[in-house]
Amino acid sequence: MAAHSATVAPVAPIRRESTLLQLLRNRQGLIWLSYLVLLVAVALLAPTLALYDVNVTDLAATNAKPFTPGHPLGGDGAGYDIYSRLIWGSRQTLIAVLIVVSVSAAIGATSGLVAGFYRGIFETAASFVSDAIMSLPGVVLLIALYAVTGPNLPAAMGVFGVIVAPTYYRLVRSIVITVRKELYIDAARVSGLSDLRIVGRHVLWAVRAPIIIHSSFIMAAGIGIESGVSFIGLGNPAAASWGTTLQRSFNGIYNNPWGVVWPSLLISITILAFVLLGNVLSDVLQSSSRNKVLSARQRRSVIARSAAVIGEVATAEPSKDSILSIRGLRIGYLTPDGEVREVVHGVDFDLRRGEIHGLVGESGSGKSQIAFATLGILPREALVLDGSVFLNGEDLMADPRKMRAARGRRIAYIPQEPMSNLDPSFTVGAQLIYGLCAVRPMSRPEAREILLALLQRVGIKDPERVMKMYPHEISGGMAQRVLICGAVASEPDIIVADEPTTALDVTVQAEVLDLLRELSEERGLAMILVTHNLGVVADLCHTVTVMKDGRFVENAGVEQIFDSPSDPYTVELLRSSRSVELMEIAS
Amino acid sequence: MTPPLLSLKDLVVGFPTRGGHTNVIRGVNFDLAPGETLGMVGESGSGKTTIGRAILGLAPVRGGSISFRGRLISNISRAERRSLAGDIQAVFQDPYSSLNPAMTVESILVEPLAAAGVEEGTARVRELLDAVGLPSDAGSRYPREFSGGQRQRIAIARALALRPSVIVCDEPTSALDVSTQATVLKLFRDLQQATGVAYIFISHDLGVVSNISDRIAVLYQGEIMEIGEAAQVTAEPRHPYTKRLQLAAPLADPRKQRARRLQRQALAKAG
Amino acid sequence: MSSLIKSLLRSIGVVLVVTFATFALMYGNAPGIAQSVLGLSASPESIQQKIMQLGLDRPLLVQYWNWIAGVVTGDLGRSYYTSESVSKALSNRVPVTLTLVLMTLGLTAIFSVLLGVFAAVKGGWIDRVVQWLSVLGTAVPGYVIAIVLVFAFAVMWRLFPATGYVPPHRNLTQWFMSLVLPVSALLIGAVAGVATQIRSAMLDMLDRDFVRTLRARGIDERLVLFRHVLRNAAAPGLTALSLTMIALLGGAVFIELVFALPGMGQLANASAQISDVPMVMGTVLVTIVLVLATNLLADIGVALLNPKSRS
Repeated sequence: MAAHSATVAPVAPIRRESTLLQLLRNRQGLIWLSYLVLLVAVALLAPTLALYDVNVTDLAATNAKPFTPGHPLGGDGAGYDIYSRLIWGSRQTLIAVLIVVSVSAAIGATSGLVAGFYRGIFETAASFVSDAIMSLPGVVLLIALYAVTGPNLPAAMGVFGVIVAPTYYRLVRSIVITVRKELYIDAARVSGLSDLRIVGRHVLWAVRAPIIIHSSFIMAAGIGIESGVSFIGLGNPAAASWGTTLQRSFNGIYNNPWGVVWPSLLISITILAFVLLGNVLSDVLQSSSRNKVLSARQRRSVIARSAAVIGEVATAEPSKDSILSIRGLRIGYLTPDGEVREVVHGVDFDLRRGEIHGLVGESGSGKSQIAFATLGILPREALVLDGSVFLNGEDLMADPRKMRAARGRRIAYIPQEPMSNLDPSFTVGAQLIYGLCAVRPMSRPEAREILLALLQRVGIKDPERVMKMYPHEISGGMAQRVLICGAVASEPDIIVADEPTTALDVTVQAEVLDLLRELSEERGLAMILVTHNLGVVADLCHTVTVMKDGRFVENAGVEQIFDSPSDPYTVELLRSSRSVELMEIAS
Repeated sequence: MTPPLLSLKDLVVGFPTRGGHTNVIRGVNFDLAPGETLGMVGESGSGKTTIGRAILGLAPVRGGSISFRGRLISNISRAERRSLAGDIQAVFQDPYSSLNPAMTVESILVEPLAAAGVEEGTARVRELLDAVGLPSDAGSRYPREFSGGQRQRIAIARALALRPSVIVCDEPTSALDVSTQATVLKLFRDLQQATGVAYIFISHDLGVVSNISDRIAVLYQGEIMEIGEAAQVTAEPRHPYTKRLQLAAPLADPRKQRARRLQRQALAKAG
Repeated sequence: MSSLIKSLLRSIGVVLVVTFATFALMYGNAPGIAQSVLGLSASPESIQQKIMQLGLDRPLLVQYWNWIAGVVTGDLGRSYYTSESVSKALSNRVPVTLTLVLMTLGLTAIFSVLLGVFAAVKGGWIDRVVQWLSVLGTAVPGYVIAIVLVFAFAVMWRLFPATGYVPPHRNLTQWFMSLVLPVSALLIGAVAGVATQIRSAMLDMLDRDFVRTLRARGIDERLVLFRHVLRNAAAPGLTALSLTMIALLGGAVFIELVFALPGMGQLANASAQISDVPMVMGTVLVTIVLVLATNLLADIGVALLNPKSRS
């Protein structure tokens, strides 16, 4: 039974490091983490570091300039030594931050976890409360609190913790709801795990990183509010804090303008440390493997570099009897470590007028990339490293203006997912009419007439009504007919269809394939049909190209490919495909 | 005749909607014999996935009953349901979402064993990996290091861990490439021969279902249109809907497909 | 429509909970309040007398009920100190705060949309500027920005008045000059927040399938951007703006203090320092009503933008 081992490709095991190690390896992470460690040390060692005791004032130091002997940063409006007060104040800042983050995380994360996992009444109630709290400016509540209780830092920070708790709640709840839909949670249920175990093993893991990252931002907010509240005079005037120092220095700004600089810098840099640490954490913990988007200049340099590696490619001529010719097309993506990963390795391709050409391959073979490149609608991260797309002998790749003039007019596109390819904000009629008027000069009523007839033609029974509907009100099959109608309306010569029936039910697929065939025959349309389904190819195509790993392995007429495939990969594909095929039906 | 392993009687499954309930499954009956594969085929909205989830206790049963070896298992408590983990297992459609990306393959496979209090641990993991054709060092790796087909093998190993008598397979090959699909289907058949497990095999693809099933049920909008021996359902469909489904599936052969297309178009015109 | 009623009910709930909580705390701390009204040297007898005089000895629910009944008839009570009517005091203060906040909001909308859209579409340096602005905007609190502005433009270069407010009917130019620094101080943080959100909403939309299909249909890039992408990014943008409005009402408290603007934030703060509870309650109430109005407008706007809620 171990006979299948052959299908297992060797994969290098991925190294895993602890979060802390990754953080320290990151330059920014190292800097800001060290800063915060230093800050904690300063707070702990305040008695040794401060030049004066907390409550020592010196009339002579009132609004003293920086670098006055005995007062390195000068004095504030009440005669406190700014340097010493800031050192002492770091204690209050850190205590405040700890209160805010623990209160808000405890309330918000726990309720978010329960609400997201069990939903129901608790979620409704908790969301109501959370929305209510979110809709209030926190400072105003703190002012009200001060009015009735007087200065009380722990209470104020506790209340602020409650005020920001909804941010944890929302974050955790939405993640838990997403995770709960993951099939591995269902699998854990089916495996007989209790709820407690599911939460502990699967759900907590998923929310851990976001909570850590969010806490970093909440601590930043905590510093801002603690200092701010002290600054506007709602703190204990006797206690040392950054905010009161700022306030006193600000009151004396005309006597000693530089007094405000130190507390401002300290507050801002400390908040910045938490914010940037949060950003680094989110890079480290939620690293995405997305390809990089490049600016035009970077793009040119990468392409030039890759061309230097490949060497000179012979300039290819388009085929004379083809409406569309692709020559030497190479497409790549830049990986996070700066390498170019090529996904299409220099392919040549010809399409004659009226020909339906199947481009077949498995996932990752690069077939869709070729389709997108033909239309000039590759994703922004994609790099066309080399190659030409000739339409009637003119190179579209070389001239973006020609590409724009051809796109939608000479070459049209039918996408894979019908529902996500219509703009949800406009009615079907609005986007069809608008799209047609954009490419063919005509009045809106004219466009409307043409489209009504065409909708009828693509099999929509009540086109007047469908035109008034929004995309979310129609079925997938109907949406695909609308998209086909939109593609054909501009009377193109070529249609590029990317898996046009993959998202459809098999009975609808059969009807859409019939429609595509009829439209091609009626209008002499050539078609590039990208698909993984050999049955679809056999049903619709005249010629076939088989792709594997970004290369063409075989190209022939449809009967030849199916009767006598020459490449072993084609043979294998056909064999697998036929192994799950239905026998003939006895009618 | 052996007594059925699993028995569904007048099953109704519904979900609450604005102002009431919508029944997705409306009175479904069938039995599953030990070691048998019952294929369930239907298009989107047919309710095929919902039946599977109801059997697994993941969808609310609003009427009728599901019993396992004569014991009622619909609407039972979570604790009772947990005791069924050793009998009824599942393989889901998406091998990317069905494996927790943070866990090693070994901890994924140990999880059901630990929940059931089985001690054999690592030895069993090696056995399972071998059974599904994965190298024995795969245990220390993470799901993202494997291809779609390999991940599905891990999911199958997890389902086998407790030696269940039924596995509900919900579109287990639809996310896979054709060539991978063929080998995974073969694995399912081999495992059945070796362990005698029964499958409920759910798919939208009549071809895939007929490849693996002993019997086939054809579903349409929450009801069974036709149920019978696989050969009969695919070769001599009795229900017109089955026939439509059958004729709509394209063949990977241009000449045969042309004939099938004409047959389908003729049927559509006649109907 | 039901979502509007929901948010209305929610806001009323918030008003009740917050004001009741304040009353409860006040009830529990009646001697403290009386003391802070009279000063530290007050005798226990005079404190007791003050409590009676302010009516803080009556049962909690009675006090609360009287206040609510007053609110419904437009009477927010009188100051503990000056006996000035709270509603009258507020009617002088609210316009100042609203001018500050709405002016900032309008400018935020303009700058954020411009920056957010350009950052998303063009990338490059403008994208980096927006990302840095967003970090700085979150890191530097509004009051620090305000102080930096005072430090640079009022103290060092003396270009703008540092503090004070001139009503528009007295001198339009001076009114405008007195608002430049406060609005700028609020604006930087607000633009930083909203521009990043508009940027990510735009990027999200640009990645959608339908945008690719529109391009493939040959529609001009600018039209795709302005008619479709911007249209679909409008709802998240509007939500971000409405949340910013709430944040600005809070931020105004600090800014009014720094620039000595006679707004309601300053009133609330000054009243809180001397435990003038009716004044504070009045400002809390007005703030919540303003927030409620903002949320309602935003909800209506989002509903109008979303075709799913129309059908």
